Amino acid sequence: MASVCFYFQVHQPYRLRNYTIFDTGSDYFDDAKNAQICRKVARKCYLPANQLMLELIKKYNGRFRISYSITGCLLEQLQLYAPDVLQSFQELARTGCVEFLAETYHHSLSFLYSRNEFIEQIKAHKRTIQRLFHQRPRVFRNTELIYNNQLAELIENIGGFDAILGEGADHILGYRSPNFVYSPKKCRKLKLLLKNYRLSDDIAFRFSNRSWSQWPLNAHKFAGWVNSANGCGFTVNLFIDYETFGEHQWEDTGIFNFLRHLPDEILKHPDNDFKTPSEVAAAYDSVDVVDVPYTISWADIERDLSAWLGNPMQHNALAELYRLEDTVKRTKDKDIIRDWRKLQTSDHFYYMCTKWFADGDVHKYFNPYDSPYDSYINFMNVLDNLACRCSRAVSEEEKRDSIYQEQAPANQRVLQKI
Amino acid sequence: MKVFMLGWEFPPFISGGLGTACYGLTKAMSRLGTEIVFVLPRAAQSSQSSHVKMLSAEGHIKTEELNDFQNVRFKAIVSALRPYVPSQIDEASENKRKDHRTYTWHNNPSEHTQIYSHDIYEQVCRYAQKAAEIASVEDFNVIHAHDWMTYPAGVEVARLGGKPLVVHVHSTEFDRSGEHINQAIYDIERQGMHAADKIIAVSNYTKNIIINRYGISPDKVEVVYNGVESNNGTPVQELPNKSDKIILFLGRITMQKGPEYFIAAAKKVLEKINNVKFVMAGDGDMTHRMIEYAAWLGIGHKVFFTRFLRGADVDRAYKMADLYVMPSVSEPFGIAPLEAIRHGVPVLISKQSGIAETLKNALKVDFWDIDQMANKMVAVLKRSPLSRTLREYGNIEIGKFRWKDSAAKVNKIYKEMPACAQARV
Repeated sequence: MASVCFYFQVHQPYRLRNYTIFDTGSDYFDDAKNAQICRKVARKCYLPANQLMLELIKKYNGRFRISYSITGCLLEQLQLYAPDVLQSFQELARTGCVEFLAETYHHSLSFLYSRNEFIEQIKAHKRTIQRLFHQRPRVFRNTELIYNNQLAELIENIGGFDAILGEGADHILGYRSPNFVYSPKKCRKLKLLLKNYRLSDDIAFRFSNRSWSQWPLNAHKFAGWVNSANGCGFTVNLFIDYETFGEHQWEDTGIFNFLRHLPDEILKHPDNDFKTPSEVAAAYDSVDVVDVPYTISWADIERDLSAWLGNPMQHNALAELYRLEDTVKRTKDKDIIRDWRKLQTSDHFYYMCTKWFADGDVHKYFNPYDSPYDSYINFMNVLDNLACRCSRAVSEEEKRDSIYQEQAPANQRVLQKI
Repeated sequence: MKVFMLGWEFPPFISGGLGTACYGLTKAMSRLGTEIVFVLPRAAQSSQSSHVKMLSAEGHIKTEELNDFQNVRFKAIVSALRPYVPSQIDEASENKRKDHRTYTWHNNPSEHTQIYSHDIYEQVCRYAQKAAEIASVEDFNVIHAHDWMTYPAGVEVARLGGKPLVVHVHSTEFDRSGEHINQAIYDIERQGMHAADKIIAVSNYTKNIIINRYGISPDKVEVVYNGVESNNGTPVQELPNKSDKIILFLGRITMQKGPEYFIAAAKKVLEKINNVKFVMAGDGDMTHRMIEYAAWLGIGHKVFFTRFLRGADVDRAYKMADLYVMPSVSEPFGIAPLEAIRHGVPVLISKQSGIAETLKNALKVDFWDIDQMANKMVAVLKRSPLSRTLREYGNIEIGKFRWKDSAAKVNKIYKEMPACAQARV
């Protein structure tokens, strides 16, 4: 029995505008560029891919099943710039064959810095998914599949989740295969689904690579690789950026045709089927406990945090951002809190990454900056302004409080008279 | 392989990057076993070099370095050649003509423009003639001429001996003079490039100028980046605690180097932070105007002019800097930023430079973008993680600018020329 479990990550950040030390406005984001990119990706990827998924779901009458994790910041942008994409996701939700996963609303690294903020963002995301797709997410995936034992433990304690996703990195699995269901350490109920990175990356990264020995990849060949998991695993977890279809791999590479024929080829084998992450977690028992004492992710060849926390600038930017948390929240100012959260999106720190030489191509995807240094300078200028707004807002608040306190006795006197 | 090399600057007689480049390249080529006859004008006494001990032709090299140069023989031609004369003459006459259109404050061309001889073309001709005489008694496979003043010599030697000519473009008239080029110099450059069998450009930036401005076919031009001398482990001398941050400009104070953009940015930086000083190390025909410009902007007390620096003083300037800025209007390569990184100083360079196309761990701006320049200056001073990352990664990166590699590439270019194919290397 081999179940193919598709999960697609769907995300776009709010990119910052060029913001110098001389800027004073609180309009940090490049609305025009964000709208433009959003529409472009909608045209090249989201709309045609959603259309295809819908066709396939109808064609296979419930046997083709998939899952999405769509970030809050993209859902907001879709409502603004590409409402047709949102509608097509809603249509997909109505088929009953599509599962929506939970993650941090702003695609943030908050798990590493603030448990409170982390939990608030998951709640916000769950609420949004429920509101838009009428589903209660049962599976959690953290930003960029960042994962360790503590994360799993925290997610189990938060409750409401059956499974969590992670990268099937060799150094945590050892001889074990990612094609089984596992349990995180110290968790009793929560199950762990691990990405089959070889087969996932065959689609996501190598599909159009002509120097790859397996090029050209077609559905038949791929189904053969999936079939070989029969007898040594239950599930093939294909965790892929949704933008793979039409954006990372352009339409003329044949990526849509590949997807179109894949269900047919997979289902030719009587033992195969498609399952969503929740269904995988329900169908298969855990075979072992996986211990992940240090943090892993799905990024780059290192599969660690070095894409976001690899140099002093990234450490500094993140530390300064989360150091503001209390101040930001004390202002109770909705705009300030919203801007602060938009700054948490991991992409901002990814742009500051200095390890270009091996992984450069992926890092360049819609990177608005010429260099990681420019990205850091811009981000810190914005953060500076946000900090100023906070202290202004807090001092105004205090002023109001003190006025209120001065007036209070007078009011009481009036009350006493009555 | 034997090379007849024509240059006009060599340490200690240098006024810019060219001498440094010739020194680094010849040394590395010599180490690779290439034999070189290096023909050099011996600079006449001038106010700038008066404190330098005059050396014989062979005395360019310190005794402890003799081994590095064992394959190099120096031949001197006495003359008063100074490399940057033309732009300075231009500037002076330009200023008279344009009066004060660019700046509303009063300006005077620096008195230094007066000391240069006006018979520069005569000098170039004399150099060519003498070089041809030397060539007639030398045995070599290829001629290699560095920058325009030696091109006529290169062309002449090639014509007489029928040997292939390589011209090495370290800078063009468009870099030095913008759009107001000196036609005579342009003509010399153009003739040299067209007569050459191969052209070496110090960057793709320069290669494009050669193609677009001099009408040269792209496949005739090869790019060979300059290198930087590796750190010989000189202990970093601890400077006394300074309360102010220092932003350094180091280079000739001429139109090409964009000093006015540096000062304009300084003015903007001082609107944001106060504990910073701006040091302009170098000299040139715009020095006095820049002093006045700084004063006119009301930041005269924050901008310091050291005039021309040499040797240990250059090292000291780098060591005290928190940021090195190269705001060049047009910079064919730019060795100085690499030197700054070698001294552990983060760099901010103009995008209109050859080095910007290959150096990754540097901040970059358009030379005219004063706001961004100031923005980035402030960022480096305010954010220690930024300068730390620039220093750390920059230091690793400059390892890729090795004279050894440049020399090997030059050798390869010689070998690929049909006329040289037979010669043993």
